[in-house]
Amino acid sequence: MNFSSFLLMRQEIALLAIILLLVIAEIFIPKHKKVSIIHLVVFLFGIHTIVGFFEIDESNLFGGMFRTNHLIHFFKNVLNIGVLILLLQSADWIQEKIMNQNKGSEFFILLFSSLLGIYFMISAGDFLMFYLGLELSTLPVAALAAYETMKRISSESGIKLILSSAFASGISLFGISMLYATTGSIYFSEISQMLTSADLTLLGVVLLFAGISFKISLVPFHFWTADVYEGAPISVASYLSVISKGAAVFILMILLFTVLQSLVHFWENIIYVIAIATMFIGNLFALRQQNMKRFLAFSSIAQAGFILLGLIEGSQLGTATVVYFVLIYIFSNLAAFGVVQAISLQTGKEHIKDYEGLYRTNPNLSLVLMLALFSLAGIPPVAGFFGKFFLFTAAASKGFYLLVFLAVVNVTISLYYYLLVVRAMFLRKGDNPIPFFKNKIYMRIGLVITVLGILLLGIYSPLYNYIYELSSAFN
Amino acid sequence: MISGISIYEILTVTSILFFIGVYGFITRTNLISILISVELMLNASVVNFVIINKYLFPEVLQGVYFSIFIIAVAAAETALAVSIIINLYRQISSVEVKDVETMKY
Repeated sequence: MNFSSFLLMRQEIALLAIILLLVIAEIFIPKHKKVSIIHLVVFLFGIHTIVGFFEIDESNLFGGMFRTNHLIHFFKNVLNIGVLILLLQSADWIQEKIMNQNKGSEFFILLFSSLLGIYFMISAGDFLMFYLGLELSTLPVAALAAYETMKRISSESGIKLILSSAFASGISLFGISMLYATTGSIYFSEISQMLTSADLTLLGVVLLFAGISFKISLVPFHFWTADVYEGAPISVASYLSVISKGAAVFILMILLFTVLQSLVHFWENIIYVIAIATMFIGNLFALRQQNMKRFLAFSSIAQAGFILLGLIEGSQLGTATVVYFVLIYIFSNLAAFGVVQAISLQTGKEHIKDYEGLYRTNPNLSLVLMLALFSLAGIPPVAGFFGKFFLFTAAASKGFYLLVFLAVVNVTISLYYYLLVVRAMFLRKGDNPIPFFKNKIYMRIGLVITVLGILLLGIYSPLYNYIYELSSAFN
Repeated sequence: MISGISIYEILTVTSILFFIGVYGFITRTNLISILISVELMLNASVVNFVIINKYLFPEVLQGVYFSIFIIAVAAAETALAVSIIINLYRQISSVEVKDVETMKY
């Protein structure tokens, strides 16, 4: 191994360099110029995102602990775009609310540390790397959720997140130890060869699955989601629901499709039951929410249920549809959270009732939110429809017709509550509607990128073909 | 390897330890006790890794170094959780679960 092979970790090294640079910048930038850190971060991360698109070789490092291929590389780029949009959308909030407490750069350092953990998690080639990446991606987010230290609900959401994620990682570690007992290795490639359907192995798989399900907030393990999203700052909630969840779906897919491939008839049943439960409970609880953040939390639980329809397919088609759906989901959900954040920053209002008459005062924002909700619901012209359609195709190609039928029922339910918000914005006249306001430049760029993504990703079909070609990596 | 004690006894002990942790996590009403229960669960897996390595696969040390990493990460996790609990205590002067349920359903 020579030093040039370290270039396989180019993205990780670049992100680490940005983190260290921010630590230095925090020391040397004088106090009254701290706002410039935001511009520095957006600039550096923008360059990092663009540089990330250059090709990278497929290979392993450190004896197989770290591996990369074109699909993993592509997914890291998707996450980069998501974080960049998130930075643009939360720049104003940081400038107005966080900078005056003089803790702006810590926010970015923690956020990037979590992203670094996600990189290592999805590139992991053995369970040790996977575990370290999982923890590195969760712990900084718990600190971020409790970031508004003056607010009680922020601390509450922080403690809920850290305790439930510690519980989840304890469960998955116990599962990993059982897999280790039956196979004698912690490397993915060796485990997949030694895997048998002994009872201990199956128990280990169930426990491991439960641990990762906490991160994706699938149904028996979803209780933390709404509370944490409501209490945490909106940009952190949006990070949790988009980036963190997308990465966890991706690593779950890698584990199921490569490591546990020989147990496919076992985990198929688990996913079947959990998908139905997740879709129904997520949708039915979303019906009764009044707070916009809780509403989006339950909607993201329901979306996770739909993603499982792609996972149940278990081969190249499933991989492609899941990655494609996560890509679209990132844009749609970031648009919705961006609008909620803009309104919450200007007026402090977060209830659905406050959105009545929004179209009359802020037509652009309400159009963005409408597009985002249509995309989440899956209404044809926008990208979300194609994402859902491909997921259903993947499940139907394996003959799970009942599951697809129940999913379509759930799409109908979800249409109802998404349209409730749209109705409040467009058809109702509020008593005191949110007054007109103009967003700052970063927020506007962030929203425009998401809108372009929602409108174009579904129509631009070479993208799906490209993902489909890359997806052969895991089969 | 301990003479006279097979792997079954030790794995039984760690399983009991793990489920005591799960039980404690669900039933305790104090945030610090919940944290201790989580630590029990993590430590059960640490012992599991060491014992499985020692009894079943003694030629490669994968399990042992995994357990060292778990201990380090668990310490970081505890530090973060305690710091959040302290911050919460400053605001509401309590570490009881019933006082941290302003958000529900």
